[in-house]
Amino acid sequence: MKQLLSIIKRELISYFATPVAYVFITIFLILSGLFTFYLGNFFEIGQASLGSFFEWHPWLYLFLIPAITMRLWSEEKKSGTIELLTTLPITTLNIVLGKFIAAWIFTLMALTLTFPVWLTVNYLGNPDNGVILASYIGSLLMAGGYLSIGIFISSLTKNQVIAFIVSVTVCFLFTVSGLPLVLDFFSNWTGEAITDVIASFSFLANYSDISRGIIDIRTIIYFASLIFLFLYLNVITLDNSRT
Amino acid sequence: MTLLVEVKNISKSFDSFLAVDNVSFSLAKGEVLGFLGPNGAGKTTTMRILTGFLKPSAGNIKINGLNLFTNLKRSREFIGYVPEGSPLYNEMTTIDFLGFICDIRGINKDEKLSRVISLLNLNNVLLQRIDTLSKGFKRRVGLAQALIHDPKILILDEPTDGLDPNQKHEVRKLIKKLGKEKAIIISTHILEEVKAICNRTMILSNGKLLIDDAPNNVLKKSSSYNNLLISVNEKTANELKKEILTINKYKNIDVVGNICSVKLKNSSDSIYISEYLHKKKYTIKHYSINKGNLEEVFRELTYNND
Repeated sequence: MKQLLSIIKRELISYFATPVAYVFITIFLILSGLFTFYLGNFFEIGQASLGSFFEWHPWLYLFLIPAITMRLWSEEKKSGTIELLTTLPITTLNIVLGKFIAAWIFTLMALTLTFPVWLTVNYLGNPDNGVILASYIGSLLMAGGYLSIGIFISSLTKNQVIAFIVSVTVCFLFTVSGLPLVLDFFSNWTGEAITDVIASFSFLANYSDISRGIIDIRTIIYFASLIFLFLYLNVITLDNSRT
Repeated sequence: MTLLVEVKNISKSFDSFLAVDNVSFSLAKGEVLGFLGPNGAGKTTTMRILTGFLKPSAGNIKINGLNLFTNLKRSREFIGYVPEGSPLYNEMTTIDFLGFICDIRGINKDEKLSRVISLLNLNNVLLQRIDTLSKGFKRRVGLAQALIHDPKILILDEPTDGLDPNQKHEVRKLIKKLGKEKAIIISTHILEEVKAICNRTMILSNGKLLIDDAPNNVLKKSSSYNNLLISVNEKTANELKKEILTINKYKNIDVVGNICSVKLKNSSDSIYISEYLHKKKYTIKHYSINKGNLEEVFRELTYNND
């Protein structure tokens, strides 16, 4: 446990020791504001809700989260610190978990800093703050999903650019698999059952309920098992790379 | 004498390339082992296997009596390791970095940190970011992280690579000092380093262990070992060669420049030549017995192997 905490601490120190953290948070805040107020027509809708704010999160995460995760293993591989880290008396699981949790905490920080949007909507009207809290939790869960995919892909290469591009692509597939466009494509030559399975893997489908404030246990299980699966794959890949 | 490292028949292949080929050795406290070999000989791969970073394709390893790969975490507590190029977390300060290593190793910072900080003279750079340190200091931070838990076994991959002569001297002095208490393995291609700090040498080439002996014994394998080198004022080297041949004790005589080089069976054999030169009342310009040359052994063993 103490080892896990020291990995988390070290990771967080390194986020803030480089411009990465500040650039990420700034861009995240600017883009989430722009999307909410311009593309999301926050004012025109005339409702005291943050629906138009949360609606854009999957698309923001799609390319911002791979920007965080791309360096998590690639950089260790490139600089050789992976050899230092993985020959210390610590399990691979603890390192992977530490990196994941640190990245999640960092995303939580960025998400927390969007509180002015919440203040605005409370100042302008009487939103259902329970729905907003549920949406924040859902957004964080989904971010965890994107993070676990990104960290796993980062462990496959020492090239950060490759890690970024592949992560965005895989995350994109997970995001859009529930859109009619994609489902129509599949339903042409597969059965309805398979189409349903593909749809149920979609981040958008799972997130849309949450962004409306409904926390379904199935959604929680979906994101939790997705996170678990990719962290597990991460541990396996790292352990196998030694042979 | 308890064995700290026991390596039995390890091999490691990457696809079809055999990087380490059936290597066995063991190491006890007080031994400082120098790994010699040309680039690509398998030195780094062997060290990576010893630290559990790579798994061997065959063979097994015991660290302080424990099987390395079934007790990976426990075994690593006995090992201090500086990987090739001494990689460090550049964005951290020295003190944060060393603190991190203490946390992972679960050791008391207050007590252990001050010891390595004074041992490696890191007092002035504690609050500096590692990427702003000079190469010498980076190396020292790398050594500090390997020594922080006072390990029984120290594995250093080219610890003096890229250092200036003064820094090299400092690091060698430190290794020599630590060598009494620990089992140390260093890899290098600087041969003088092996003579300066090691009491055991291994020469690797193409993954094979060619020699495992004390540096002095390795020198004996050198073709110039026990060559008596002489020159006198009165005679040229060629004339001297002819005269020495008449003593009828020496057959293997070469002329190198203006020096006559006589192969001796053992160093006491030189007595007949000394007596001869004395009788002839020659003025001796040069007289020495070659102690052998590590570089020569290295080249002779590893050159043909390519």
